Amino acid sequence: MKKWIAGAALALATMTGTAYADGHGDYPERPIMMMVSYGAGGATDFQARIVTMTAGNEDALGMPIAIVNRPGAGGRVGWNWFATEAEADGYTLGAYNIPHFVAQSIEGGVSYSSDSFEPIANWGADPAVFVVGADSDFNSMADVVDYAKANPGGLTFSGAGLFVGHHIAALQLEKAAGVKLAYIPNNAGGAGAMRAVIAGEVLGGVNNLSDAFRAQAAGNVKILGVFDLERNAEFLPDVPTMMEQGFEIDNASVNFRGVMVPKGTPQPIIDKLAATVPAMFENGRVQSRMAAGGSPMQIMTRDEVLAMWAARQETLEELLAGL
Amino acid sequence: MEFLFYMGDVFTPINFGLLLLGTIGGLILGATPGLSPTMAVALLIPFTFQLEPQQGLILLGAAYTSTVAGGAVSAILLKIPGAPANIATTLDGHTMATKGEGAKALQLSFIASAIGGLFGVFLLIFLTPVLAQWALAFGPSHLFWLAILGVTVIGTLDSSSVVKGLLSGCIGLWLATIGFDDIMGAQRFIFHPAVSGGINVIPALIGLFAIPQVITMFTKGRSSDDAEIISVKKHPIRLAFVEVFKRKTALAIGTITGSIIGLIPGVGGQIAGLVAYDQSKKFSKESEKFGTGHSEGVIAAESANNAMVGPSLVPLLTLSIPGSPTAAVLLGGLLIHGIFPGPDLFLNYPQVAWTFIDSMLIGQLLMCIFGLYIAGLAASVARVPHAVMAAIVLGLAVFGSYSVQNSMGDVYVMATLGLAMYFLERFGFSAAPLVLGLILGPIAEANFIQGSMIANATVGTGTYFFTGWLNWLLILIVVASICYSVWMEIMARRYTTKDDAVAKEEALS
Repeated sequence: MKKWIAGAALALATMTGTAYADGHGDYPERPIMMMVSYGAGGATDFQARIVTMTAGNEDALGMPIAIVNRPGAGGRVGWNWFATEAEADGYTLGAYNIPHFVAQSIEGGVSYSSDSFEPIANWGADPAVFVVGADSDFNSMADVVDYAKANPGGLTFSGAGLFVGHHIAALQLEKAAGVKLAYIPNNAGGAGAMRAVIAGEVLGGVNNLSDAFRAQAAGNVKILGVFDLERNAEFLPDVPTMMEQGFEIDNASVNFRGVMVPKGTPQPIIDKLAATVPAMFENGRVQSRMAAGGSPMQIMTRDEVLAMWAARQETLEELLAGL
Repeated sequence: MEFLFYMGDVFTPINFGLLLLGTIGGLILGATPGLSPTMAVALLIPFTFQLEPQQGLILLGAAYTSTVAGGAVSAILLKIPGAPANIATTLDGHTMATKGEGAKALQLSFIASAIGGLFGVFLLIFLTPVLAQWALAFGPSHLFWLAILGVTVIGTLDSSSVVKGLLSGCIGLWLATIGFDDIMGAQRFIFHPAVSGGINVIPALIGLFAIPQVITMFTKGRSSDDAEIISVKKHPIRLAFVEVFKRKTALAIGTITGSIIGLIPGVGGQIAGLVAYDQSKKFSKESEKFGTGHSEGVIAAESANNAMVGPSLVPLLTLSIPGSPTAAVLLGGLLIHGIFPGPDLFLNYPQVAWTFIDSMLIGQLLMCIFGLYIAGLAASVARVPHAVMAAIVLGLAVFGSYSVQNSMGDVYVMATLGLAMYFLERFGFSAAPLVLGLILGPIAEANFIQGSMIANATVGTGTYFFTGWLNWLLILIVVASICYSVWMEIMARRYTTKDDAVAKEEALS
């Protein structure tokens, strides 16, 4: 039936003489759906809604993008669906979170890997930071590591779960400092992990830069270090990176968010999306809303994202090999 | 008294219009099975992009308030709880509706909701700093004991016997283990792709409550003509007020339990109604009437689930931590306008923060007025012929389950659980304990694992779970709750004659 309709459409297009050689020239002709594998209200969902709000503009795609949430099991449910069931027709986009889905695919038990998806563009990068309670005795990462050396395995710190950016950051810290730490994954995500730090249930925590920035502004936490290559000039210019504090930690844990399509989507559609979507993210309204919400943006083109995915795959395979 | 100062802002034409829109829209969304308050608020977020921060929050606050209360409509009339918060309302509310007292049940539920809701918002206004500390007091060990306390409620909740209640609670606990586990990401019992994300509570809720209902309606069908003639009694609103205020114990227990439990991040909203129902049953002089269409049941459950609305926002507004999924969505609504919640919120954006809270106060009243208005009309639902009704409920059940995460898998889960529940009900098991097990399982498990991970790294498991006054207080309540249930069971057996037992058995079959 579907083939029949496609055939008929193609025939019709040929007859009217306006058809492009590949048959995708008019894309998009109807509203597009974008799958977010986290619940409504989460950071990924929130940002996805902002960055796609101008999709209907003439200079963007000319068609609106509707967000559909498929939450569950740390994103696995949504990405499983996206890899196995989503239609590769260009009308089904998905939001990706790096390093989450790469780490999950290395861990196993899911039906996707980086080869199942084709990236389109990246909109945001939320680095992980190390936070401690506002009244904590720790004032630098050196204090934290000294404590951990004196109490092997006794430094409890929270994060949003296993095989997510926070967990990767925790593993990197353990490896770089050469100490054993007690990483406590929280079942209520980043918000739950932050609550554990503020309530004093754990001695510290890894959390998102954007959430930690708000918690610090509210006077609840101190931010001791950023798990990224450079300081965050916009939100936290005074917080040093891990590298500056003497720990060999790169940006492997930075939570990159962006748009992708399933493998098998026609190349002309991928090209069209790759050309228009980064420009859509550059829109002034999008930028100001993202800045207002404390969400750091990092716009990357398809080629840049492809390189980033490949680099992550390599780092994470090495890092997770010991687990 | 700063909140009075900004009260005027609620009544500007645009703001009040949005408040009305949010309230009426919220009632309708809330009454639609499957559209939980979280979903309703999330659906409205895109509209707030175009509004001023203040206006956006008024819309969201009003919608949050009235969706919670609106869930009672489908719970009472159709026995489909719109959200976990409304489970307890079905127990007595729906029984009342089948007796033709639907109008009364709805009126009671809206009045109780408004009173509970007002109390909750006043707590938010006056006691926020104190409550913020309380919200932080619950660590993994306390949440674990709290979940265990919930488990002890299972046995006594709406069941013909404690043993059957516990058994169906266990089924719920098992269902809760399906899927990837919350902390380790291990896969458990994933025998079909539809359950890979675990059993979502809302489709399960719809299936367990609505499907047995539908099947019963179809089977009754034509065999008994009298089944279709239910006289819907008119019930003056004045009498409903009198009734609510006469049931002071239920109202007080519902309101207070709802406010306290609603405050606890991550747990509150889902179980507040059930715990309040159970407590007021235990304290009531007419506890044997609970479950048979008793007004106290509706009052306790509905006052509790709306009392929770105000306090559930405390962690968000003071600590900038969303304590519930709905609060997380509201956080998005604030952030989009560049407003960071936290202790400074009331200093930096008093106009936004106070107008938001004021609009929830006024929203409670508007919700009550509109609710009372529709109560009279909606109660005639009981007069709809069974065959038609069954078809409508089935349609709503499928729509509601699908809309949660746009997944056919959830519809299969709903249908399977519903079909199984139909047979379980024949044997005297009931759905409420099963759902409670499903809700509490992950809370107990995740907090136990987290707690023991922290404990192993620090003081040791025994010390971690058994020191501190809050742990001991919760343990004591758990023990008391178990003793009470055992005592009641023994008493009931002692005075049950053979004839009673036979009559009970016949009533079930």
